[in-house]
Amino acid sequence: MTTRQFGAPVKRKEDPRLVTGNGRYVDDLGHDAWEAAFVRSPHAHARIVDIDVDGAVDVDGVIAVFTHEDLDGPAGDRLPLLIPHPSIEAGRTGYALAKDEVNHVGEAIVMVVARDRYIAEDAAQRIVVTYEFLTPVVGIATSRDGSDLVHDDAPGNVAAHLLQEVGNVEPAMAAAPHTLTLDLEIERSACMPMEGKGVHAHWDSDEQRMRIHSSTQTSTGVRAAVAAKLELPLAQVECIAPDVGGGFGVKIMHPWPEEVLVPWAARRLDHDVKWTEDRREHFTSSAHERGQLQKVTVGFDDDGRLLALDVKFWHDNGAYLPYGVIVPIITATQLLGPYKPQNYRVEFWSMYTNTVLVTPYRGAGRPQGCYAMERTMDAIAAELGIDRAEVRSRNFIQPEEMPYDQGLLFQDGRPLKYDSGDFPASLAKLKALVGWDDFAAYKKEAEAQGRKVGLGIGCYVEGTGVGPYEGGHVHVETSGRVNVATGLTTQGQGHQTILAQIVADELGVSIDDVHVTTGDTRRMPYAVGTFASRGAVMSGNAVALAARAVRAKALRIAADALEVSEDDLQIEDGTISVKGAPNASIALSTVAVMSNPLRYAFDESAKAATQFAGAFDPDKPPVADDDEPGLEGKDFYSPTQATFANGMHAAIVETDPVTAEIRILRYCVIHDCGTVVNPMIVEGQVHGGVAQGIGGALYERMVYDESGQLLNASFMDFLMPYASEVPHIETDHLETPSPLNPLGIKGAGEAGTIPVTAVIASAIEDAEGFPIRSMPISPTELWDLRRQHAHAGASPTSQTSTTEESA
Amino acid sequence: MKPAPFVHHSPRTLDETVATLGEVGHDGKVLAGGQSLIPVLNMRLAQPAHLVDINRVDGLDAVTVADDFVRVGATVRHAALERNDDAYAVLPLLRQALRNVAHPAIRNRGTTVGSIAHADASGEMPSIAVLTNAVMEVVGPRGRREVAATDFFEGPLQTVLEADELLEAVRFGRFTPGTRTAFLESARRHGDYALAGVAVAVDVSGDGGDAVVERARAAYVSVTDVPVVIDLSEAVAGQSISSTWDAVEDLVQSGIAPEADIHASSDYRRMLAAELTRRALATAVKEA
Ligand SMILES: Cc1cc2nc3c(=O)[nH]c(=O)nc-3n(C[C@H](O)[C@H](O)[C@H](O)COP(=O)(O)OP(=O)(O)OC[C@H]3O[C@@H](n4cnc5c(N)ncnc54)[C@H](O)[C@@H]3O)c2cc1C
Repeated sequence: MTTRQFGAPVKRKEDPRLVTGNGRYVDDLGHDAWEAAFVRSPHAHARIVDIDVDGAVDVDGVIAVFTHEDLDGPAGDRLPLLIPHPSIEAGRTGYALAKDEVNHVGEAIVMVVARDRYIAEDAAQRIVVTYEFLTPVVGIATSRDGSDLVHDDAPGNVAAHLLQEVGNVEPAMAAAPHTLTLDLEIERSACMPMEGKGVHAHWDSDEQRMRIHSSTQTSTGVRAAVAAKLELPLAQVECIAPDVGGGFGVKIMHPWPEEVLVPWAARRLDHDVKWTEDRREHFTSSAHERGQLQKVTVGFDDDGRLLALDVKFWHDNGAYLPYGVIVPIITATQLLGPYKPQNYRVEFWSMYTNTVLVTPYRGAGRPQGCYAMERTMDAIAAELGIDRAEVRSRNFIQPEEMPYDQGLLFQDGRPLKYDSGDFPASLAKLKALVGWDDFAAYKKEAEAQGRKVGLGIGCYVEGTGVGPYEGGHVHVETSGRVNVATGLTTQGQGHQTILAQIVADELGVSIDDVHVTTGDTRRMPYAVGTFASRGAVMSGNAVALAARAVRAKALRIAADALEVSEDDLQIEDGTISVKGAPNASIALSTVAVMSNPLRYAFDESAKAATQFAGAFDPDKPPVADDDEPGLEGKDFYSPTQATFANGMHAAIVETDPVTAEIRILRYCVIHDCGTVVNPMIVEGQVHGGVAQGIGGALYERMVYDESGQLLNASFMDFLMPYASEVPHIETDHLETPSPLNPLGIKGAGEAGTIPVTAVIASAIEDAEGFPIRSMPISPTELWDLRRQHAHAGASPTSQTSTTEESA
Repeated sequence: MKPAPFVHHSPRTLDETVATLGEVGHDGKVLAGGQSLIPVLNMRLAQPAHLVDINRVDGLDAVTVADDFVRVGATVRHAALERNDDAYAVLPLLRQALRNVAHPAIRNRGTTVGSIAHADASGEMPSIAVLTNAVMEVVGPRGRREVAATDFFEGPLQTVLEADELLEAVRFGRFTPGTRTAFLESARRHGDYALAGVAVAVDVSGDGGDAVVERARAAYVSVTDVPVVIDLSEAVAGQSISSTWDAVEDLVQSGIAPEADIHASSDYRRMLAAELTRRALATAVKEA
């Protein structure tokens, strides 16, 4: 019997290739390609007065030097605003090469193409750009002040403004027995995939075809964007995402300037051109995320139940807005987590600054929202002297209330309606795992030894698997090999494995016979991309549906051949047999032969499908009117709405009483992503997510000075945690299947990252006894806070939150 | 991030090296482990026209243990010195400090002498050089000279080495038998340059719990422009080894001048330097 693959910790099919150095990344391609380097702005805000390229063109080995003036047609127009939204008041995007003005350090101004990258950089160094300085706008507070503008036609530096309200906050707040206000801050971080961006373009001038390899999270998106920018018919452009060394969101943004310029130059020069982003470029010309200022006002009753929640936040979107307002919308909606706010009003301003643009990074606005909500929960608990887990549980949506409509519009323009989840069960598991009820005793004991320890908690709900759709194509070859294609791209998550697991089960074949291709527009031209924890939900269901179509066709052909009813057939290990009569069988590969009537026998097995090989009904065409040749199936999965995963984390931290160094002693995760396809891969995703979350909570920040220079644009000073900074992660799972899709799956990709900042803030607050309102936090900052609180003396909560009993 | 063009010289003998350095003079740079120099070249923060690569020069990779010193040649990798048991036996402080230099992969390439020539105030080994009264063996077109560690460092990334001179070896001085040492630092991430670090050498008299401190000296990482030794004896001499070491505070604070950077404030580093000193003293006297 074929063992069921779905749900098993199947080892990753891609790993032997990847860990033996046989991965094929963009920079592994195109050894004969000419290489590009860019002159990028050293200034955050300036007008370009003159560009003198004379020194560069003389450098031996330089092929071409391009500025904005050279860009013809749509390539010279502004880059697209990918996701229009009614809240966008001033949607500004940049050019592939800057025109007249630069708005952040790192913006590309000149493209140099040379025989190799060394020469291209030598030449780039000789290009002289003359600037007229404009006042840089750095930081949300300065942007909000609005006296200097990033874009002259974006008044107040406001890119977008959105207000959503459910219920009626004002009277509910006024009537609430308790209210609290919290001013919160969260810093920037960034995806930092191990492989930066990269583009390789091959222009075939005979066939007038463009082939692009890009380190992207959406090959269909890049293909369409390049076709539009280069005015090429879509049919003459193809885009392939080869192995991609991590994305985490930054590569869903597209087209990056280089994704337009490299193909454009390849056509113009009629030669392969490539560009491989280096780390410094990644810091200053890709994207960041997270930076927000938040003001939360909450009204609650004596039991800590929410009565009204009023949130205002200012989101730093950087210099341009190509990805629209997806990140702040997610913050505004996902902030609610597993809770019922009763009355909720949220208002955000998405602000321009002269810094690198902001697009989704793993978690995509949720870490900020979760931080706001969970800080608020802890503040309520502190105010009322109620256990922090208890306050949360009193505000949970109950399992019997599912599906639960929060009454808001989510990032996909569809209702924020939770499909399933059992929050009380998750909390119970978390409390058991971390030993919640025993912690007070442990803390007391630690304090007696002069140690400071704290326990933190954070809960989240994550809308995953958003539409519009993803497709699957399954093709059984006459050898029995099963080819699966989906257009969604992969960046190392294990899609090749989980999609093969799904198809192997649906078709009844060995997983070794299943070969998955992702992100190749030649194999699946209709696709959206990899983001929003949607890979398993979208492509998983799509390939399942496609495999079911293949199965149905195989059974139909086999039933005909074996002269039995389809219902009596089963497929196991690639063989179709009659249930209970295993000798009456036919191989799936034979069915593949029979499915494709042939004129020519190209090999032994093909003979059976040729015209003189057997009996047939002379009145019927070889391929029926409603049929197609071949054992193939294609289908698409398009959900009505997102499916909502959830989880709860707890951490125990220790802070050094003298040096304020922060150590995570334990990190516990309860995770519910519906039906699990591969628990080992989900666990890996959670671990990686938590590691990135710890980076955001304790180490990473983008240190801009007031002139807009990024002071820590290298791995020396941008502190991504090493393995030595990431604690052992203890996990436990809950599976509440999604009722929304055939496989019951919810997304898992981003989950680990979301609550970490909130959890660590909560734990440090517990250890220190004063509120933590700004994250990330470093030892030097914690030490400063201690000194401030020591000076302030009494009333530790008075610093940033105010409490008032209403009359 | 590709370096500007340069000519790569790969001499095989010390004489050849000195001659090459003499020729390329101010346009040249010595290339040792490359762990500091290569990033600087790739970011084009330096664009020397010549690199004099000493990795293939005969005879520079020896560690020699003598009665008074441990002599470390210019191409001895941090990792090789860290693992050298003979050196550890006579001067445990080398291993105690080297463990904190970056990560294993970097220690496998980077050289101890190179890190001293590089003179980064946040490097561990310059402070070990001054605490051990090391002697720098310098060779160049004008001949050989020896420089005491305390005279060697002039400022951040600045030493008395001329552009055409090679630091051939460093002789770390051995302590008198019975001197106890410890090295402690605090870095944001394991293996990063320290926010503050301290090496201590303590002389103790008496046995067991009755032992008292005779003399104590400390050298610092990341809190001074150039590595300096602070003599703590005045504050701790005569104290029991189970002392709380609080008396060192003023001496430490008056001897250091930490700068603020994006990772820590100056005040924080001051606190850290003093606390690490106390902890290092406690560790050193325990490690008998
Ligand atoms: C990620 C990372 C983390 C690091 N962390 C630390 C750390 O925590 N602590 C620390 O101390 N170091 C750290 N380093 C630096 C490392 O220790 C270097 O190896 C060391 O500083 C320089 O040694 P090198 O042999 O690599 O010298 P190179 O990089 O080859 O040379 C450095 C400089 O010294 C000069 N030079 C080298 N040798 C000689 C010589 N014999 N005579 C004259 N001039 C010479 C060179 O011309 C150059 O200017 C780190 C490096 C990296 C990449």
